[in-house]
This record gives sequence, C-alpha cells and structure tokens, in this order.
Amino acid sequence: MGHSEEYQKLEGKIFTKSFFILLSVVLLGFYFVGVRYVKGIGAVSNMSDGYPWGIWITYDVATGTAIACGGYAVAILVYIRNRMQYHPMIRSAILTSMFGYGLAGFSVMVDLGRPWNAYNFFIPSKWQANSAMFEVALCVMAYSTVLILEFLPAILTSIEKSKWERMNAIRNWLHPKIAPDKKTMEDKLEMVRLGALWLNPRLNKVLIFFIVLGITLPTMHQSSLGSLLLIASTKLHPLWHTGFLPLLFLLNCVFIGYSIAILESIISSYSFKRPFEIEELSGLAGLIPFVTVIWLTVVIGDLSYRGQIHAALKGDFYSGWFMTEFLLVGCGSLILFVKKCRRSARWLFISASMIVLGGALYRFNVYLIGFNPGQGWKYFPSFAEVMITVGIVALEILGYKVFVALFPVLPNMDLHGAHKKKGHAKKHKGSEADKTLPAGEAHAH
Amino acid sequence: MKKTSRRDFLKLAGATGAGLLACGAGSALANEGLQVNNEELGMLYDATKCVGCKACMSACKRVNSDYGSLSYEKAKFDEDGLWDAPSDLSGSTRTLIKLFKESEKRWSYVKYSCMHCQKPSCVSVCPVSAMTKEKISGIVDYNKNTCIGCRYCQIACPYNIPKFQWEKAVPQIVKCDLCKATNLREKGITACAETCPAGAIKFGKRKDLLEEAHQRLKDAPDKYVAHVYGEHEGGGTNHLYLASMPFNKLGLPEIKPEAPAEFSEKIQHTIYKGFIAPVALYSTLCFIAVKNMKKHQGHDDDHKKGDK
Repeated sequence: MGHSEEYQKLEGKIFTKSFFILLSVVLLGFYFVGVRYVKGIGAVSNMSDGYPWGIWITYDVATGTAIACGGYAVAILVYIRNRMQYHPMIRSAILTSMFGYGLAGFSVMVDLGRPWNAYNFFIPSKWQANSAMFEVALCVMAYSTVLILEFLPAILTSIEKSKWERMNAIRNWLHPKIAPDKKTMEDKLEMVRLGALWLNPRLNKVLIFFIVLGITLPTMHQSSLGSLLLIASTKLHPLWHTGFLPLLFLLNCVFIGYSIAILESIISSYSFKRPFEIEELSGLAGLIPFVTVIWLTVVIGDLSYRGQIHAALKGDFYSGWFMTEFLLVGCGSLILFVKKCRRSARWLFISASMIVLGGALYRFNVYLIGFNPGQGWKYFPSFAEVMITVGIVALEILGYKVFVALFPVLPNMDLHGAHKKKGHAKKHKGSEADKTLPAGEAHAH
Repeated sequence: MKKTSRRDFLKLAGATGAGLLACGAGSALANEGLQVNNEELGMLYDATKCVGCKACMSACKRVNSDYGSLSYEKAKFDEDGLWDAPSDLSGSTRTLIKLFKESEKRWSYVKYSCMHCQKPSCVSVCPVSAMTKEKISGIVDYNKNTCIGCRYCQIACPYNIPKFQWEKAVPQIVKCDLCKATNLREKGITACAETCPAGAIKFGKRKDLLEEAHQRLKDAPDKYVAHVYGEHEGGGTNHLYLASMPFNKLGLPEIKPEAPAEFSEKIQHTIYKGFIAPVALYSTLCFIAVKNMKKHQGHDDDHKKGDK
C-alpha cells in the first residue's frame, strides 16, 4: 500500500518498570489458569449452573472484542469512507484488535469445559448453523487470522530493515554452548529477510481484500454476539431482551471502536510522550454521535414499542443499571456535539471514556446484570476469576508495549508533522501536547 | 475530500445498512410454525400421586452411573457419606424430587428432569451438535465426545436443566436422556417410571400421555389445576405434568407457547439465509474499498508529479 514510511518504531527501552509490573500481573493470572486446568473451573470461579457464563465470557469475549473493535471502526473509516487522512492511526488500532481478539480466543479456551473437542468447529458434519455461537466462533477465528495478516506488513518491513541487533546480542550471550555460530545464523537470517522481501509486495497487492474481510467479519460476529442472548427469552430482563439485540450490538461495537481508538491514541501519546493527534481525533470524535444517536434511538424506540418504558424508569435495580448505561453513552455523546470539546484532548478523553464505559456496561447488562436464571441463583466473580481476566488484559497492554517498540506501528512524526503543517492543525494543538513533546521531535512541528 | 464526504457516508450507510436492516427485519419474517410430533416418547408425572419416596432418583443413579458418570452425592449433613441427598439437579443428578410446602395442609411433590422439548433450545444453540434430538423417539440426547463445554445449552434452557460438572478437570454436561442407552434399551421403559411404586410416572408416547392426562383432569377436576404443564409450554415438551398446585409455585417457569428457539432462529436465519447477506456485504465493501484505493493512489501520483 506504500504507506510503510508513515509509521515508525517507538524509540526506547522495552524492559521498563511498568513492563515488570504488568508481567507479574500476567504471571499471577496464569497461575490461576493452571489451577483451573488441574482442578476444574469450579475451583477458581463462582460460576454455577444458573450463571454458566461469568466475566470470562462477559468481559473477555463479549466486551473485550467490542473494545478491540478499534481496528474495525478505523478500517471502515479509512477504506470505505475513503478518509485516508486517518490512515496513520490504523496500525496501532489493528495491533490492539489483534491482541484483543487473540486473547479473547485464549480466554475462551480457559472458559471452555472441554477445549480439546474444539476441533469440532472445523468438521462440517458437526456444524450447527442455527447456533449464533457457531457463527461467532468461526468469524472470530477467521478475523483473528485476518488481523495477523493485516499486521504482517509491519513485521515484514521490520524484518527487511533489521540489523538483528537484539538477536545477535542474545546469540552472543548464549554462545558458545547453545547458539549456532555467527556465520550459520547470519545465513539463516538473510534467508528470512529475503523471504520477507519477497512476500511483502505480494501481500500488499492482495491486502485490501483481507482488509475488507476484516470489515465484513466483525460486522457479522459482533451482531451475532447480540444474537447469542436472543434465546434467553425467559432469563434476560425485558429491558434488554429484544429482537434488535444483533443490531444494537453492532452499533455498540462501532461507537466503542471509535471511542477506544481515541482513548488509545491519547493514552499512548501521553505515556510515550508523543504529541496528541488532535486533528485526527476530533474528526473521529465527530463521527461518534451519529452512531450513538442511532443506537439510543433504537433503544428508546424498541422499549416504547414493546411497552417497557415504565421498566426503564421504575427506579429498581435493573432500571438503575439501564439508566447508567444509557446516560453514560448519551452524555458522553452530548459532549462531542460541542466543537470546542472535540478539539481538547481532555474533553475527548472524558467523553470517549464515558462512551466506552456505557457501551461496555450495555454488554455487561445483557450478559450478566440483566440475566436472571431464576430464584436462588447468585453470581459475583471470584478473586481468581477476576485475576485471570486482569492477567489477560495486562498481557494485552504488555504485548502492545513490546510490539510498538519492535515494529513500526505508531505514526511517523516527521511525515505526520509535515502533513499537519499544511492544515490548520498547528494552532489548535493543545498546550498539553506541547509540554509533552520531546525535544528531539519538536523540529517536526 | 470534503465534497465527497456526504456521498461516502451514503455509501457506507448503504453497504452496512443492508446488513443492519437484515438484523432488525427478523421479526417480520413469516413463521413456518412448529410441527408438534405426538409420536415421540415422553413421561407424564402426576404430582398428586407422588409419595416423595425418591426411588426414581436412586434408580436413575443406579442405572446410569457408568454411562454419563453419575456419582452419588454426599449430603451436607452426612459425615459418614451414607446419604445421597442432593439439593438440586447437578453434574451427578439427572432427576430430583422436591417438596414444595405452602402451608401445613397444602404441599406438593415435584419431579425435575429434562423436559425433552419438541423444539429444544439446547439443541438449537449447541455450536457443535453435541446436543441432538432423535428423529423418531424425540429424545434430547447429549454426546460428551463432541461437547466443547461452552455451556450455551445452560444459558438457553428455560427450565435450567443441563448441568455442568464444575469440580472436574474433565467435566461434561449432565441431563436426562430417557435412559436411552441403558434401561430404555434393555427394558423399553425409563428407570424412574419402572421403579415408581405409586404410579406417579407414566412412560409412553406423547399422544397417549396427553390423552391420559386430559382424562384424569376430566375425572377429578377438583383434584388438579386444570392445565397439563408441557402441553404448550415453549412449543410443547414430551415431559408432561399434572399437579394440584399452580405450576409456577412448584418451580416450573411460566413460558409462552412459542419456543424460544423459534424466535432466535428466525432472526439468525434471516441474517444468514443462504449466506447471501454476508457475501453481498463483502462484495459491496470490496467494490467500494478498491475504488477508493485507486482514487487515492491516483491522488498520490498527482502529488508526486506536482512535487517534481
């Protein structure tokens, strides 16, 4: 696609303090994963026959993949709406999606009672096309593969240009006992480099078809994540059980996707001390209200059609959660209608956080809070259960941090900055952005 | 770019809209209707005849212990492990007798086990066909060698019947299969119905059971609530109930006559019928994206020429 110069690696060390903190959280989570495999799911979780799906499905899969929809939402914007100016954001969005979906897949393997039978998904005689979960599973697996393919150019470019410094350092450290001698290794690495050189342009030619597949698949499985709960007509509270669940879930993942792309950009700009991409962000932010307004309209329209408005305003447990979800999304979007707020990193952060929280709460409401299997059943996640989820999230962040340092993911600021000069972005850059701008990169602006 | 933005938006709306509308249109699609098959096998449980001896529970465990790994449960109060007194259906209990007591004078036993629905939710949602409904007998069966343990059947079942073995490293789903591989095969009757000393459980074809149930209602209208539970609930079940107390008081949920699976499958089928919508969506998106790419590359080349 010829955009590889648009991206750069993040300079700096990988093994920082936060790296080790995250790593210890990951290890704790994985300890409990080990316990789960030895002693059974009941040993680590509070799930029961009444609540067979706990936070692993609710958060890691149903909510986590929506939060990982940044790649999907930005891809729609760039390739379908033809807003190529957002192209610099796409790699980091796809990287987050890759980790989000990959680890959702991982947590499914933790959650499945008989994961060794999962190969049945690939045996046509076992297919059960009536099952929304069958659709979700195949699409998510396919989409994870597509995400890897979409991210591959970043890895290939990096291999092409690599001088193998880290690899050589490791070799020198291991030498002479385990590692091969220098010549053999260099030959082999050269082969890898040539392979990458061969593959990269060919992949680039067909990549657009994978990108479009990467838009189609989430459209399918995100709506099907809503379809999953259609069957629970007696268990899911009428506030949330509706034939519009697939549509609501699809819209929900789109606005979560755009909001998370904003949050991710602001957070990584802040923590990696790079300038805020206000121009792109405010453009993205302008799109969110369109989607949320449709979502909110469908929610209200559907409730009044089914005569459930009174349930929403009742003031009980369920209506409380419903109102929280509704107001978070609604108020978050209201902020974005104000042009000034769309140009402030702080307000963007606040409103995007509210929308992500509200959108995620919607999914929690559908999968857990609004789900009532009958009297006598209670569910609140156990410590181990939470730690497994936290460990998985920590692994996502860890992976992101390592990958942006190893591969060209973040927008190239020299080029990016030059683009900015053409526009009127410069004067709009917030003062916060200037403060965090590293001296070495300031010249670009 | 700004000039075309409205058109782009319409394009986007058109492309994804096709998919979106399909989702919502589900309820509008005509319902083919569920064909009830009264030739299927089932059981009629008459709560007024049940004496609560729990012989059916022991018989179930005795007969099915090897098949489906039903183990005895130690009662909570029992230090010596002598009492099999499960408090609910579980990963080692397929059928259970409970006593519901409204007052000293008004009480009723009730038996829990798989309802063997005409249109089972668990079969509808199982992604790998581990839950199946036998064509002729109508038995809703489970195959542990196919099951992936996703527990979607538990979410789906309105009666909360399929149970999971939470404490096992190699767990499985446990539910009644009408002694399909054990007592039914050997003696042609389920273990519980065979054992019941009070004649509270009658085994047979659904049409005979329904006839019998309505006859009993006719003969002793004062004794019963005038309703055969399972006749219409959730599209109809092969396990039918008669009782003297309202069924919701016996822990049997109130379920509309439409099978939950009918509703969900209608929507799912509308979206994915013949895989037309996804393919159409993909090709439309491809068309737009490739066109956009070319336009953009054209722009890029123009810029480069201009720079030179």
